[in-house]
Amino acid sequence: MSNILLEIKDLHANIGDKEILKGVNLTVNEGEIHAIMGPNGSGKSTLSAVLTGHPAYTVTSGEVWYKGKNLLEMPPEVRSREGIFLSFQYPVEIPGVSMVNFMRAAVNEHRKYRGEAPLNASEFLKLMREKKSLVELDNKLTNRSVNEGFSGGEKKRNEIFQMAMLDPTLSILDETDSGLDIDALRVVAEGVNKIQGPHKSCIVITHYQRLLDYIRPQIVHVLYKGRMVKTGDFSLATYLEQNGYDWIKQEVGE
Amino acid sequence: MEKVKEIYTNLFHNYREVLRMNASEAIDARRDEAFALFSEVGFPSDKDEKYRYCNLDEALKVDYGMNLYRMGIPAHPDDVFRCDVPSLSTRLYFIVNDLFYPSKKAVSLPEGVLCGSLNTLLKEHPEIGSFYDRLRGEDNDGLAAMNTAFVQDGFLLYVPKGVCIDKPLQLIQMFQGDIDILANRRLLIILEEGAEANLMVCDHAITSARYMSDQVTEIYVGKGANLQYYELEMTHDKTTRVANTYVSMSSDASLLMNSIGLENGLTRNNVYLRFEGRGASADLSGLELMSRNQFADNHVLVDHAVEGCSSNQLYKYVLDDAAHGVFGGKVLVRKGAQQTAAYQSNANMVGSQQARMHSLPQLEIYADDVKCSHGSATGHIDEDAMFYMRQRGLDEGEARMLLKFAFTSDVVERIHFTPLQDRIKMLIGKRFKGELSKCHDCKICP
Ligand SMILES: Nc1ncnc2c1ncn2[C@@H]1O[C@H](COP(=O)(O)OP(=O)(O)OP(=O)(O)O)[C@@H](O)[C@H]1O
Ligand SMILES: [Mg+2]
Repeated sequence: MSNILLEIKDLHANIGDKEILKGVNLTVNEGEIHAIMGPNGSGKSTLSAVLTGHPAYTVTSGEVWYKGKNLLEMPPEVRSREGIFLSFQYPVEIPGVSMVNFMRAAVNEHRKYRGEAPLNASEFLKLMREKKSLVELDNKLTNRSVNEGFSGGEKKRNEIFQMAMLDPTLSILDETDSGLDIDALRVVAEGVNKIQGPHKSCIVITHYQRLLDYIRPQIVHVLYKGRMVKTGDFSLATYLEQNGYDWIKQEVGE
Repeated sequence: MEKVKEIYTNLFHNYREVLRMNASEAIDARRDEAFALFSEVGFPSDKDEKYRYCNLDEALKVDYGMNLYRMGIPAHPDDVFRCDVPSLSTRLYFIVNDLFYPSKKAVSLPEGVLCGSLNTLLKEHPEIGSFYDRLRGEDNDGLAAMNTAFVQDGFLLYVPKGVCIDKPLQLIQMFQGDIDILANRRLLIILEEGAEANLMVCDHAITSARYMSDQVTEIYVGKGANLQYYELEMTHDKTTRVANTYVSMSSDASLLMNSIGLENGLTRNNVYLRFEGRGASADLSGLELMSRNQFADNHVLVDHAVEGCSSNQLYKYVLDDAAHGVFGGKVLVRKGAQQTAAYQSNANMVGSQQARMHSLPQLEIYADDVKCSHGSATGHIDEDAMFYMRQRGLDEGEARMLLKFAFTSDVVERIHFTPLQDRIKMLIGKRFKGELSKCHDCKICP
């Protein structure tokens, strides 16, 4: 049996007084790709925000174990340095902070955490070049401020570029496919596959099967009203694509 | 405050003859009238609308020493002090408290340019005297009047018609001494028709007593002339700076004025700029970085007295801890000043619960064919951006610093002199990291 990378047990989380996650259970083993699907507003992005430590959410009960460590005790930056990466559904624009400076700071923080010396300027630029080509990111984008004025598709491509730079152990891709054109979707998905490895895992949040055709999950979950209501293999994604969610809503008694 | 006023009143009367000694005709001729105004209006007080948020009482109550007998300092400033903005120029001048020192290095300037001690040059070139203390005019600032009554020296830059000084000039004003000091500082900058110059003025305090500078700066930008004027304050919590700057813009003149406050105690900058000929343009910007109990108040009045001129103001503040910032900007477009373009913007980033910002933008327009806008925004650090950066592995402090640094970038980019811009960026980074050295390389303190 492979090793457990992430284990979520009966996780409840609020935003303000409103409970959004109402008892989520999920186990991700090393090397696995999981898909999480589910209707709008069911809590998918909330789950990714809670896993990465967004301060706006409060965990009211439950546990999350990552590499055998208590994830909920770590601040967001430590989770990142421990190898958790979130490709945001809505990447944030940061005017005045250049992509280059941002990525240099991020890469070197990760290196420092591992006890490695910071990259010098030429090593860093070499790494940038290499990873840019992986997702065919336009040079002019890395010369600009973080996400500022990027098109929707460019932002998503930039997320995967950052993922390539940081080489995470657990990637959470929150609707990375939205905003990407057909060709870009293929390029970005292939980029993700190149980053994956036998000890790395991925949680892909999406509404459509087309992304899953490229990044093929072994396990597919349906999150509905803050709970995992269905788990299956790849065929579940195909079934949802054709039949929507009504049957699930009926099954849970609505 | 009546008591403090009385002290300075007695000082003026008792030392009137001392003040006359050694003084140039131009400086001495203005004293009595200025003193009469000071007697009438007194010190600025927070009952005065313009000084509502700026209380100078505590700073004024300090028993400062004034260097009436012009005692020199033991070591030449060139030997003991390296400004954090070095080697931008070989043309370096010093004012220590209120004493002028030229650089020890040889300085050559184009024919006809006068640059150096205000008092000495006014004696040698009495014809320049007609520019002295002309712009203070209708402004009744008590501290500007007090400066005029007591001032004994300062800095003069005179650039004749058509002359361009290619390299920047740098004036370092510093406080040095074990006793509390009040310095009357005076700058007179005259660019005749078509002249060009680039001047950088740095304020430092290299020892740690309490200091106050009462500064008056008069700037004439002649017809078609072009001036870049940069100010940098790097003093400390025990320094008070009150600076009144008066600018006269002739037709087609252009001015770039940029003022950066990295470390200070209590600062009040008043800028009065008046367009007197058409086709002129002024770009005014400022940045205040404050923490602890620091206070800075910039008041800017741009007076579009004639048609066809443009002005653009951008002032930004970053406030942490219990810092307090004030911005009062007024654009006045007088009757008949058609085709005026006037923009004013004030943006502030408040990083703590105790920090405060008062923004008082004002437009007063009496002409109809004008393009004017003003805006003011005070906000906190963008929490979404903070989280995004932390998700990539940056810790909170570093993320916050990058965001603050980003916030300052458009003001810094208004510095058109690239080596200075780079230097300022570096110093801002250090400031946010808390690594700014106030006594960098200084050989005075052990
Ligand atoms: N700041 C907030 N205040 C109140 N409710 C919120 C807040 N943020 C999110 N919610 C609510 O939480 C619920 C879950 O939102 P979430 O973004 O996790 O859904 P999602 O499954 O990612 O949806 P989508 O597929 O549309 O991206 C929604 O009902 C949303 O309105
Ligand atoms: Mg979502």
